[in-house]
Amino acid sequence: MLNSSGAQSKRSRLETHMNRETIILAVALFVECTIVTVLAGAWLGRHRDQLDDLTYYRKTDFSDREVGKYDYYGIGWEVVFTFFMSVILFQVMIPIALYISMELVRLGQAFFMIQDESLLDKERGNRFQCRALNINEDLGQIKYVFSDKTGTLTENKMEFRCASVVGVNYSGGAAATDAGEEGVSVVVDEQIWRPKMTVKTDPELLKLLRTGEGTEEGDKAREFFLALATCNTIVPILSETEDPTVRLIDYQGESPDEQALLYAAAAYGFMLIERTSGHIVIDVFGQKQRFDILGLHEFDSDRKRMSVIAGFPDKTVKVFVKGADSSMFGVVDKMLNVDIVQSTKSHLHTFSTLGLRTLVIGMREMSNVEFEEWHSSYEKANTALFGRGSLLKAVAMNIENNISILGASGIEDKLQQGVPEAIESLRKAGIKVWVLTGDKQETAISIGFSSNLLTGEMTQIIINNHSKESCKKSLADALAITKLVAGNPAGADAVKSPLALIIDGTSLVYILETELEEELFEVATSCSVVLCCRVAPLQKAGIVVLIKSRTDDMTLAIGDGANDVSMIQKANVGIGISGREGRQAVMASDFAIGEFRFLVPLLLVHGHWNYQRMAYMILYNFYRNSILVFVLFWYVLYTAFSLTTAISEWSSVLYSVIYTALPTIVVGILDKDLNRKTLLKYPQLYGSGQREERYNLKLFILTMMDSVWQSLAIFFIPYLAYRHSTVDGSSIGDLWTLAVVIMVNLHLGMDIFRWNWITHTSIWGCIVATVICIIIIDALPILPGFWAIFHVMGTWVFWFCLLAILIAGMIPRFVTKAFTEFFIPSDIQIARELEKFGNINEPLVSQVATRTLSIHQQQNRP
Amino acid sequence: MEMEGASSSGSGGAAQPTLLPSRRSKVFYRFTQQNLPACKPALTPTLVITIFLLAGITFVPVGIICLRASESVEEHVLRYDTECIPEDYRSNRVAYIKDDSISKKCTLNIKLRNQMKAPIYVYYELDNYYQNHRRYVKSRSDKQLLYGLQYKDISSCKPVESSNRLPVVPCGLIAWSLFNDTFTFDVKARKLNVNRKNISWKSDRDHKFGNDVYPFNFQNDTLIGGGKLNQSIPLSEQEDLIVWMRVAALPNFRKLYGVIEEDLDADELLTIHLSNNYNTYSFGGKKKLVLTTSNWLGGKNNFLGLSYIATGCCSILVAIIFALIHVKFPRPHRDASYLHWNRKSSATSR
Repeated sequence: MLNSSGAQSKRSRLETHMNRETIILAVALFVECTIVTVLAGAWLGRHRDQLDDLTYYRKTDFSDREVGKYDYYGIGWEVVFTFFMSVILFQVMIPIALYISMELVRLGQAFFMIQDESLLDKERGNRFQCRALNINEDLGQIKYVFSDKTGTLTENKMEFRCASVVGVNYSGGAAATDAGEEGVSVVVDEQIWRPKMTVKTDPELLKLLRTGEGTEEGDKAREFFLALATCNTIVPILSETEDPTVRLIDYQGESPDEQALLYAAAAYGFMLIERTSGHIVIDVFGQKQRFDILGLHEFDSDRKRMSVIAGFPDKTVKVFVKGADSSMFGVVDKMLNVDIVQSTKSHLHTFSTLGLRTLVIGMREMSNVEFEEWHSSYEKANTALFGRGSLLKAVAMNIENNISILGASGIEDKLQQGVPEAIESLRKAGIKVWVLTGDKQETAISIGFSSNLLTGEMTQIIINNHSKESCKKSLADALAITKLVAGNPAGADAVKSPLALIIDGTSLVYILETELEEELFEVATSCSVVLCCRVAPLQKAGIVVLIKSRTDDMTLAIGDGANDVSMIQKANVGIGISGREGRQAVMASDFAIGEFRFLVPLLLVHGHWNYQRMAYMILYNFYRNSILVFVLFWYVLYTAFSLTTAISEWSSVLYSVIYTALPTIVVGILDKDLNRKTLLKYPQLYGSGQREERYNLKLFILTMMDSVWQSLAIFFIPYLAYRHSTVDGSSIGDLWTLAVVIMVNLHLGMDIFRWNWITHTSIWGCIVATVICIIIIDALPILPGFWAIFHVMGTWVFWFCLLAILIAGMIPRFVTKAFTEFFIPSDIQIARELEKFGNINEPLVSQVATRTLSIHQQQNRP
Repeated sequence: MEMEGASSSGSGGAAQPTLLPSRRSKVFYRFTQQNLPACKPALTPTLVITIFLLAGITFVPVGIICLRASESVEEHVLRYDTECIPEDYRSNRVAYIKDDSISKKCTLNIKLRNQMKAPIYVYYELDNYYQNHRRYVKSRSDKQLLYGLQYKDISSCKPVESSNRLPVVPCGLIAWSLFNDTFTFDVKARKLNVNRKNISWKSDRDHKFGNDVYPFNFQNDTLIGGGKLNQSIPLSEQEDLIVWMRVAALPNFRKLYGVIEEDLDADELLTIHLSNNYNTYSFGGKKKLVLTTSNWLGGKNNFLGLSYIATGCCSILVAIIFALIHVKFPRPHRDASYLHWNRKSSATSR
């Protein structure tokens, strides 16, 4: 709980920008209203003396006995009313409907992400989960990925690989054999109990265990495995099999490392078969032995070790300790076995360079006096009402010393499928991948190499300090190195090797939330890879905040365990892996995926699409609403500023509900600028989202200018064509309505990348629906516009106007579109051509390139 | 335009699902994988140039045809509100129009330039008259026009909903301000027949104005807005009212007065007898009389033709510019080396 930080509500980057533009629109609305108000005031002032005589105004009301005023309160009030009425009339400028459409679109996008087969974890049947519905489009703008290691990059399926027992390395990986077809088993009550998983064993070590009883080495080795079998919190659970005489032992517990260790111990003949609150039963080579568990000091992140006080059948008492090497070597009995400590350390180094997770196991015998002393303090601490935790910790610290090293274990944490390729893709897409792990530095680096994150040509900057001053110094050195590299002229093909920063949690304690943060930020951002090892959950969040607070770049955190929760909550987008380490990460996340490699289709394909669609949709909705407002505005200028609308009230209401609503939603859900294959083939295309190419102030202004031009065309072509004619308000209003609706729908149609039948139906359907609605409205005799549409449609001028409006209105946009697509094409445009027509030169070149690349990758792996 | 689909069905990267039972579920599968067959329009240079050229080539002739049609319309516009004021009242026009004792009769002549073929439409045109003013537009009751006195809720007609405590039919500012100038035409001392029937929309006569609704209590107030109505004729036959109640969209508008159903020869002198009753003087509005022939495009209006020609010329110009740039600075189409990261790397390797 100490490591949790409150969840915060997230809002997508696009929506934040959209709100900025909405304010601009609000200002525009205010300006329009002010213009109308001022002009209306001026008009009233100019005609002040005539208001009674004006047959179309007539402020005097004679119908009552006393001569009164009809709906007139003096120019001042009239001006105020005009202002508020104009606000009501033009309020469509602020696209309220957009918020609703956005939600619908996100819902649709989420549906397709969930349905997507390439995000489906077939092995475990985990579908993609969309837990946050308002940040879909952020997936297309990610710049930083903060990834947990265990369970995220790796499978969190631990496998015991090698052991160092009393200074001897037993890692006969190549010579290892399965312990027979059946594996080890014990016979209990005429039933065969067998561990659920078999582990490859080292024959030499097995031989030593079987035959070496009595020798010093053999006893130590036995104690090593006894320690593995006792010093844990695992509960063996029996499960039935098809064969009634065979039962499987399933080791269940919190830590996958412990499970792996227990399966290993079982394979070497030390099988835990029973655990009660007070004792455990271990089958040692077919001989059941009962150990009393007298006390247990649980693992905590400060001590980084756990210990068990076990009472042996022969009434001796021993302490078994298991923990991280850094903490274990601090409590080692310095007087004894220096050679063993040294060789164990070197073995640990070997293990961790292989990418193995290491644990050191130690033991100490306890005398009766010692035991009594410990027991009383343990009982006291255990029953204490206040500060029980710290008391217990003190007791543990007291007992865990003068440990003699039994050995060390190396557990392999297998990389998940497709992780190196995924990291390569993300890197190409311009996404910086940072790995934050609780593992030790060597393990982190080796995983870095095997996952393709680190390459041999990288210059590694390692910051690994224990005081603030030394941190400061290393940061300064690191800065100097980055400057040196950055200072290299880019053109010269000098040693512009990418940098990798490796920093550990202890150093971060001195850096985060101090003035050194700024320097760390500078170093880290100029490095292409950052590895943080030995970090606590809150430090993970701190690193995310370090980037988030200093840049505008979008951050994504991905993790699977409870220790990633605060990082997931802090990042702009949090992704949980629904893996083995519980559900906390998924519960805290915005999206949940089955494996790390799904991040690539999620970001590069769905993220790109979502961003592109949403960006276009927002711009389009701004345009769509403002064009109607501008048409209304131009007309108001010709009605003595009295806010009459030619477009019928019903049509204004239906405009965003029926006439133009559906196509934008359909396009927002279904349109694809590029297909999946292209996006995955050229990860660099992801950059369009990072650079905010699809939605920015410039595009907004261009769109608004376009909307002004189109509204001018829509308004003034009929105005000039029908000047000095008998046309009535309803007829020309119908023309304007139709023109606006067809224009905005064609505009959308012009920008659609892919026309499928749904798009066709929605666009043409909307135009047809508009015509039907107008006809229905004009078929009501009680409305002034009765039958107007039929009269106006019967004239050639109507059709000529409509055609002229559409063509003249579209020309600027079409010309701009054609010119930019040809002479300053975006990457997306070129990729689209490639997708449609194929590559002009050497259609095979890209395949060859990727093949050589993958060979290259393999060579780089250690 | 190329159909995507068959080729891309497996492009999802995901393996095809196990044998799909039916075509329908296959379609649904493709829908969920966003792989519906779709048409991807692409703007190739040829396509763009063709579009612009086609637009230009169709628009310019259409514009010319429109212009010719508009030119062929014979139109005479005569502003009479200034002409028809006696010399004495030139300085005080409002007094003249408000004084009922002065005769409003007036005679004007038009010399026809060219022959005018029947039907010749007679319009009156008002300028600077905001029939689209919000107060004005709203001041009517369409239900009363249809159902007459039995429809009681006529508050929308304010300020002309009742007079002397009795409802007015037709109520409202629009009806109250009915235009009431009249025109008759003589040619060679013979009175021309002006057909004043069927000048309004048939739909309005049949469905919007009641055929058993008669004017009632109309223009009985101290302030007279305009024309009066014959109380014995139902509203559905009061065509001047029906025309007037079709509120004009713009402040300069024409309304049909009648149709002359005989040809008039060139150089003929047309004498117009009019009664100049309607008050536009108090707000500086203009009154005009329009005689015009008509064709398929309507009346005289050069704008449409000109706008088509302008648009067409623009399109052709764009097409030419586009073609020139394309020839001069061609961009290799569908060339992967043009992607910006490829360009960058090739630049550094050079």
